[in-house]
Amino acid sequence: MSKKDEVVMLDFWGSPFATRVKIALEEKGIEFEAREEKDLLRNKSELLLQCNPIYKKVPVLLHNGKPLCESLVILSYIDEMWPSPPLLPTSPYDRSVAKFWADFVDKKVFDGGKEIWTSKGDALDVAKKGFEESLRLLEGALGEREFFGGEKFGFVDIVLIPHTPWFHAYEQFGGFKVEDQCPKLSAWMKRCLGRESVAKVLPDPAKVHELICMFRKMNGIE
Amino acid sequence: MLTSKATSDPRLPSNIFLHSNFRENTERMAGDLELKLLGSWASPFAMRARIALNLKGVGYELLKEVSGTKSELLLKSNPVYKKIPVLIHHGKPICESMIIVQYIDEVWAAAGPSILPSDPYERAIARFWIVYIDDKWFPSSLRTLRGLNEEAKAEAEEQLANALPLLEDAFPKCSKGKDFFGGETIGYLDIALGCYLGWIKAIEKMTGIKALDEAKTPTLVGWAERFCSGDAVKEVMPEADELIEFTKLIQAIMNAAPGRQNMHVSKNDR
Repeated sequence: MSKKDEVVMLDFWGSPFATRVKIALEEKGIEFEAREEKDLLRNKSELLLQCNPIYKKVPVLLHNGKPLCESLVILSYIDEMWPSPPLLPTSPYDRSVAKFWADFVDKKVFDGGKEIWTSKGDALDVAKKGFEESLRLLEGALGEREFFGGEKFGFVDIVLIPHTPWFHAYEQFGGFKVEDQCPKLSAWMKRCLGRESVAKVLPDPAKVHELICMFRKMNGIE
Repeated sequence: MLTSKATSDPRLPSNIFLHSNFRENTERMAGDLELKLLGSWASPFAMRARIALNLKGVGYELLKEVSGTKSELLLKSNPVYKKIPVLIHHGKPICESMIIVQYIDEVWAAAGPSILPSDPYERAIARFWIVYIDDKWFPSSLRTLRGLNEEAKAEAEEQLANALPLLEDAFPKCSKGKDFFGGETIGYLDIALGCYLGWIKAIEKMTGIKALDEAKTPTLVGWAERFCSGDAVKEVMPEADELIEFTKLIQAIMNAAPGRQNMHVSKNDR
């Protein structure tokens, strides 16, 4: 790229999906501007509505003015445009495994967690068990490795770590502890937090807890 | 014409999939027994993998899962979702249809035209539309329209009617004047969307709904014809009539045996 790239992302501090993109950009050492949506829930910006008319969601990445939507799509794009350091493994098989687990996180973690903070009684119990099962499967995928891809922090780590500030709230509402259920995953969380890219952008679990309490109120829960 | 392999497969009940129009593709190239695909003829998701393999001219063994049951191999190869398709290459399983397609494209990169676009931005656009297509409602709309709940059908019809014009609009930008979303040859997004065409045609026949309409989505109508007549596609695209018969069979089984609630058509799709 001969002239300087303009990289902008439409952001919201509380979105794990947006956090994924920020971590990836930080890992690649790319200069970018994160534009925080001032009122994501009630008054989305013109730019957001224009760039993501179908889903109207963050994150959106604008690379030299061209919009990209959906966090996993954006992550793949970032990895392909700026290949160093690589986020995905090199072998096609290992890449397929990474994409499988990234897709699993996408399908199960956020919505699974939401089931916990929106439920009560028996439904809460079911939600909690479902979530614990998802975490156990992820712990199985991690195995004895330092990171999901092995020795290097990569794609699946970036996709999952932004959800972890939400775990504290899930633990509170669900009455369980991730550390007890999944000690390896807990250790992995601490290792990730030791990375500059992660520590810089991951929100404070206490703030996320406040955010969830606000959502619960808005939805008439409790 | 069913091959001897299909009729001798012990997992196939003798009355369920026999149909004179059904063409089966099992092993093509002698030797590559290290590539197996767990799938079924009715599954659009399995079809994606088969189209990709056909585009690359790669032989494989098709192991057919029977609706309502899950083989040992499937449970072992895809313990997380227990669903088809699963590609097994040198004993290692790859799951999730579009992940399988990308894997095929990477492993057999030299064997045929590229399935994924080469430009990262074009890849991102294709991937975005695939997220949209595979979003919860699209496959479930198709299932609903095949079903018996009239109210749900009206909603599903509306969802489809909203989605297809968006794809109609996206086509010229992706194809750049060529025949497919992927350009001159069938590509990633073509496979993702095209796999549903058999079911779309079946639903149009069953319900009288015009999903792909000359008046509203003429570009997609033209694309669909080209896609379905492609060599890599035509032998794996089920006929609408076969799918209608299959739907009726499954509905009859469900109506006759209320305990077998899990024997749903959706077991095959995914």
